[in-house]
Amino acid sequence: MSAVLREDFKEILRLVRPSARVLDVGCGEGELLELLVREKACDAQGLEISPAGVSACLARGLAVVQGDADHDLDHFPSRCFDYAVLSDTLQAMRDPKHVLSELLRIADQAVVSLPNFGHWRVRWALVTGGRMPETKALPEPWWSTPNIHLCTLRDFTALCDELGLRIDACASLAEGKPARAIDPARPIENWRAESALFLLSRRPEGGPVEGQRDLFGDPVRAPQRRGAAR
Amino acid sequence: MADGITSETASDGGTHRFPANKPLRLDSGATLAPLEIAYKTYGRLNADKSNAVLVCHALTGDQHVASTHPITGKPGWWNTVVGEGLPLDPERYFIICANVVGGCMGSTGPSSINPKTGEPYGLAFPMITIADMVRAQAMLIEALGIETLFAVVGGSMGGMQVLQWAADYPEKLFSAICIAAAPRHSAQNIAFHEVGRQAIMADPDWRGGAYELQGLRPEKGLAVARMAAHITYLSEQALQRKFGRELQRNGLSWGFDADFQVESYLRHQGTSFVDRFDANSYLYITRALDYFDLAAKHDGILAGAFRGARKVRFCVLSFSSDWLYPTAESRDIVRALFAAGCPASSLEIKTDKGHDAFFLDEPLLDSALRGFLASAAQARGVA
Repeated sequence: MSAVLREDFKEILRLVRPSARVLDVGCGEGELLELLVREKACDAQGLEISPAGVSACLARGLAVVQGDADHDLDHFPSRCFDYAVLSDTLQAMRDPKHVLSELLRIADQAVVSLPNFGHWRVRWALVTGGRMPETKALPEPWWSTPNIHLCTLRDFTALCDELGLRIDACASLAEGKPARAIDPARPIENWRAESALFLLSRRPEGGPVEGQRDLFGDPVRAPQRRGAAR
Repeated sequence: MADGITSETASDGGTHRFPANKPLRLDSGATLAPLEIAYKTYGRLNADKSNAVLVCHALTGDQHVASTHPITGKPGWWNTVVGEGLPLDPERYFIICANVVGGCMGSTGPSSINPKTGEPYGLAFPMITIADMVRAQAMLIEALGIETLFAVVGGSMGGMQVLQWAADYPEKLFSAICIAAAPRHSAQNIAFHEVGRQAIMADPDWRGGAYELQGLRPEKGLAVARMAAHITYLSEQALQRKFGRELQRNGLSWGFDADFQVESYLRHQGTSFVDRFDANSYLYITRALDYFDLAAKHDGILAGAFRGARKVRFCVLSFSSDWLYPTAESRDIVRALFAAGCPASSLEIKTDKGHDAFFLDEPLLDSALRGFLASAAQARGVA
């Protein structure tokens, strides 16, 4: 995975309602789960594939099941969580489209962060070097990277459209810098954002839920017409 | 104590005798009375009775979970988990372990006296199930004045009892730890048990189950049953590592003595087992395991068994080299728990020690149990 995105934990903590039911998919050693339990009194559950990660979580007293996001999300009942978090992992999934739609079946909202392959450094490295880019967000060489399904912001928003998902908020993330709210439909952001974090929901067309706050604590606006930007 | 119960109770356990008007109602439709349940306790029940832990033992286990076995003189069978400074510490928890109904260490079983004949039951003992064992445990817990268990914990057949507790008495549980178990017995599981039972019944000293009347014991048959079963508790890798093709003496005997160390080991497992276990109990308990299929009562949908257990915290652990109840079985349990909406943790522990790893010194088992119990104790307010 990339090195940049641990920054997103702060943003996720700001976003999640206190006492919410949260599933952290690919929870690693449980850093985010622990923060969610401690800071937000969340009812937090992890899903992690590596035995070392699972036992570290158990030793920290966190609820975690050993499993694989590509297969095991299918076994959760619908809408059993308020949020499903997939932090910097979607691009490593075998079937990201399926995983994304499963996240929003089992949870009312999903928080998904991912590196942006449209970032100017990535484009520049490919154009000038002619080789697969290695950047801060994508540090491994092509033959050892777990990131097998990389995408740009535009790719991702197109997939969200296809799946009928609404983007409630989006922030650009970069190591050591504060998160910046962005409109992912603006072409310039697809050049500028090193990584991005999305708050997604699958709700029928209409206004946002009363009192719903976005990443930055602002009231969530009505759905944007992203199609216009293309 | 509840009405009508007589007991011989020491501070660390004893035998509860439920009178004839308090029979155990069995799944088969029969009833068992009077019922005696032999149990051990460790630690003290706290003032608000919130620290009781029930440990469920495996097929050939008994209530001596952390104390010297009265027959073999060996330490308790789970002295890696229950004891001072261990995950289940009697300083913190009130730990109860009862011999299962059908067993041979003091609870009513086929070697108990049948009140109708004044002789040992033998094959007149009714068939029992895992649910019957759990029902008897629930009677004991009630008799001890405990309304809810902080945890019910067990490995192998003990893990199946844990699942049965969650299915039948979810309101009495705060947490449940199921180790190296399965939600049903597979064809292979049943097949191995059938080999064991046939070995016992083929022993001329078995006498149709009435051996006790004639002062006999089918020791050879029971030993063979144990030898066959013991192989399933280990892994090929562990056997190879421990014994390889090592010989007992220099050179082959060119006969059928125990040339190989693995033969000698298995023979020892068999002969030492018959000193502490009753052949008819072995028949009845293996049958109870074969009959176990938690989903059966719920139209084959395992999640249905956990529908009432949404408030119970589960921990499901398995071992990578366990081929008796492999991790795939534990995964089925976890998926059913998800589907039922139960909070669950699960882990497959990497080890080459096979099924028996659950009572061996496994650091990951230790840390998983400690972590799970600590967070549950915090949530329950157990100091």
